[in-house]
Amino acid sequence: MSRGPLSLIVALFVCLAVSLFGENFIASNFAYYYDILITIGINVILATSLNLVNGYTGQFSLGHAGFMAIGAYASGSWSNNIDPIIFGYLGGSTSPLATNVCLFVSVLFAGVLAAIAGFAVGVPSLRLKGDYLAIVTLGFGEIIRVAILNTDFLGASRGLSVVGSYTNLFWTYGSVVLCIYVVLSLVHSTYGRGFLTVRDDEVAAEAMGINTTKYKVSAFVVGSFFAGIAGALYAHFKAFITPEGFNFFRSVDVVVIVILGGMGSTVGVTVAAVLLTILPEALRALAHTQFVPPAYQGLLENRLILYSLLLIILMLTRPQGLFGDRFASKRRFIRSRGD
Amino acid sequence: MDRLLEALQQLINGVSLGSIYALIALGYTMVYGVLRFINFAHGDIYMLGAYSGYLLAPLFARFFKFGQFDTFTPENTLFILSGAGLIMILSMAICAVIGVLVERIAYRPLRDRPRLNVLITAIGVSLFLQNMTQYRLGADPKAFPQLIPIQVVEGLGTMTVLTSQLAIIIATIILLIMLRLIVMKTKIGLAMRALSLNPTACSIMGVNNDVVISFTFALGSALAAAAGILVSMDSPSINPLMGNLPGIKAFVAAVLGGIGNIPGAALGGLIIGILETLVIAIGFPQWRDGIAFAVLIVILLFKPTGILGRIEREKV
Repeated sequence: MSRGPLSLIVALFVCLAVSLFGENFIASNFAYYYDILITIGINVILATSLNLVNGYTGQFSLGHAGFMAIGAYASGSWSNNIDPIIFGYLGGSTSPLATNVCLFVSVLFAGVLAAIAGFAVGVPSLRLKGDYLAIVTLGFGEIIRVAILNTDFLGASRGLSVVGSYTNLFWTYGSVVLCIYVVLSLVHSTYGRGFLTVRDDEVAAEAMGINTTKYKVSAFVVGSFFAGIAGALYAHFKAFITPEGFNFFRSVDVVVIVILGGMGSTVGVTVAAVLLTILPEALRALAHTQFVPPAYQGLLENRLILYSLLLIILMLTRPQGLFGDRFASKRRFIRSRGD
Repeated sequence: MDRLLEALQQLINGVSLGSIYALIALGYTMVYGVLRFINFAHGDIYMLGAYSGYLLAPLFARFFKFGQFDTFTPENTLFILSGAGLIMILSMAICAVIGVLVERIAYRPLRDRPRLNVLITAIGVSLFLQNMTQYRLGADPKAFPQLIPIQVVEGLGTMTVLTSQLAIIIATIILLIMLRLIVMKTKIGLAMRALSLNPTACSIMGVNNDVVISFTFALGSALAAAAGILVSMDSPSINPLMGNLPGIKAFVAAVLGGIGNIPGAALGGLIIGILETLVIAIGFPQWRDGIAFAVLIVILLFKPTGILGRIEREKV
């Protein structure tokens, strides 16, 4: 067996072992940190999958939260309607086998549905570039949200209660491992070099006979698939979802992670996801200590002020992010001389 | 006849809404013309325009007796209009300064970087303006002071046209004419047009490109501020996120008219406004925010250059 699949299996086993032996201990003794751990996992999935689209393929999308919403609502309503049937066969809602099977099926369903939505959105919008693509994906993300907001079946503005919070460390980090594995092996395969080509020079790629549209759409579909999975895990983690949880600012959160980590660097994006999940929590804790005057508490607690400054300062001083790859910096050099 | 009046009524509603979009869209299109990028933070300048009016009005409330007139009379009309006009001009000036500062601090250092970096910075600026406003002034909606008495314009039969709607339409016409004069008849307008055609040649001819770009930002921001004041006269509730949707719709309007094209932006704004009113009138008010995106997607797929835009070839 080659190294890639082997490390995937080892990593999955580590997740399983940690979940089997540590889950209950962490969840009952360190509930707050357990929540943060799961949130980190979900954010890593969102960010690494968006990185495939924004970073490796260079198609700047601002609608990731829309696909997350599709995943969350798909798995939520699937669980609410189908789970009781599965429970009937597998020994009731308390059996671990039944809950894990239910979670797996609903997460898979969510991912597939989000991927189909990603295909439907990607085919028309990926004909566009740069700023236009950003705004159109933003538009599609908002349309998805408005559509959910107007669908009574999905709870409309009241939100949707999801039966059973089955998300645990194994499924979250198992999905993280799978997502990173898929993205890395895609990008480092012979086929996947096409993604980088599309990013680095689309015209040249086309001249070399690469079907750029196919690459862009497949990156988008894979990205949406994992966004859907993240949404499903989120839905089964919070057990209650509202359309407001998937608005434009949610997409911005993910984009900020990708940019901080460095577009096109999976390691960087993973580190940034961990950092930016912990940072708002740490700042909130800091805001309530005696060192911070009450007048500045709001400043520290508002993560978006921090993110906005982070975006501006990063772009001014280090546009390739923390772990930006050499491709990005090389391209910048050529551009600045050529223009 | 009733049908006709109904249609005319909706048309007026649509034009007054579209005027707002047109004013904002002009800023997008002018900045695109000189810098070839989409100023994502433009919708927030519109929001800041409304907030400047909200903060300025109390300073002048005693002198101009804001909110104390219930109706327009021949004696007080000029007085009321000069008060509202003063607030509007001051807000426009404040936002022009903010626009220039944003360009100077955030965009200018990135002038020769890839366009994506500037777009990301613009998203950052937009978030910053929104959240700083939210932090300083609160996230809750604020009541905008009444600058002009809102009443139904008399003598139009069964149609209900409010004075605020009329103010929006008339102010927009005046501003559009002034903009046209600036762009076509002044030296700086000539420089703007030259810069949008060819920046290098323009600077060789002795034009200071930086000054022209700053001026363009000032002009666009002033128009957005005017839109913010006008919209707040009509629906007097303002909040820090009010610029998001109108900003995007105005961007759609600019693309619809042909981005970079000034008459096109005004035309696109009117079309989007009328379409949106139409969607509400035929009974789908909850989809009013979706129509702009639908228009954007259709236009980008079938005629990406917009109605009045010109084709730009991609050079390798």
